Amino acid sequence: MERIPILKMGGCLLVSIQVDMHDRLAMQLQDDLTARIAATGARGVLIDISALEMVDSFIGRMLGNIAAMSRVLDATTVVVGMQPAVAITLVELGMSLPGVRTALNIEQGMALLDASISAADGEDSDGRPDD
Amino acid sequence: MVARTIESHPVTTSEHVVQVRQAVRQRAVELGFSLVDQTKIVTAASELARNTLTHGGGGQATIEVVVDGVRRGLRLGFEDDGPGIADVEKAMKDGFSTAGGLGLGLSGAKRLSNEFSISSAPGLGTRIFITRWK
Repeated sequence: MERIPILKMGGCLLVSIQVDMHDRLAMQLQDDLTARIAATGARGVLIDISALEMVDSFIGRMLGNIAAMSRVLDATTVVVGMQPAVAITLVELGMSLPGVRTALNIEQGMALLDASISAADGEDSDGRPDD
Repeated sequence: MVARTIESHPVTTSEHVVQVRQAVRQRAVELGFSLVDQTKIVTAASELARNTLTHGGGGQATIEVVVDGVRRGLRLGFEDDGPGIADVEKAMKDGFSTAGGLGLGLSGAKRLSNEFSISSAPGLGTRIFITRWK
């Protein structure tokens, strides 16, 4: 069965969605990502949707679910690279992706994840320096 | 209003939903729709094709290029012989869902279209037509 690849880089998981996903593939990604967060203890998830020419309510819901599930598993999700036409359409459709953190590109998304993970570690008072 | 081209696609699997939105995208590009207008009609098509599949138990989608004077547009039809909708007015409201979704399918597709019509009744299936003008 076809799958969207999930890459691990440091403490983060990276996903770049390069295909026009049908609904079962989107559900598979949601399941795979959640399992990988639990298995690897990843603290950050970056999802690149710059190649997506459309985000409808189903894909929007999947992104929201991934963000919520990762939060429960102590990981932060950032969705990056949404095309402007997709953003306009998504809002008109009635979705503003509440609870989903976004960044314009991968670089800014990674910076957001680093800052988020450092801040969380600082709060943990685990003895590690909070940089 | 004159219909120029009609193509028909089956909607019985989630892969078909992808095929419908790709076919709609291609027609929208051919008509010279702006990128935002392409995205809107493709997204509306995706919502309605999914409804045909999940609520209607499968059906078909049609794509027509329509001409009205100097205006050209795309008219999309989504038809199924499924259980139909008992209360169309209620189904059109944001947040109303019988499938555990967000309930944005019908209302969202309407907002993304210039024209929207629906006919449905219990036991008689559902027919939805939307048009977006260039």
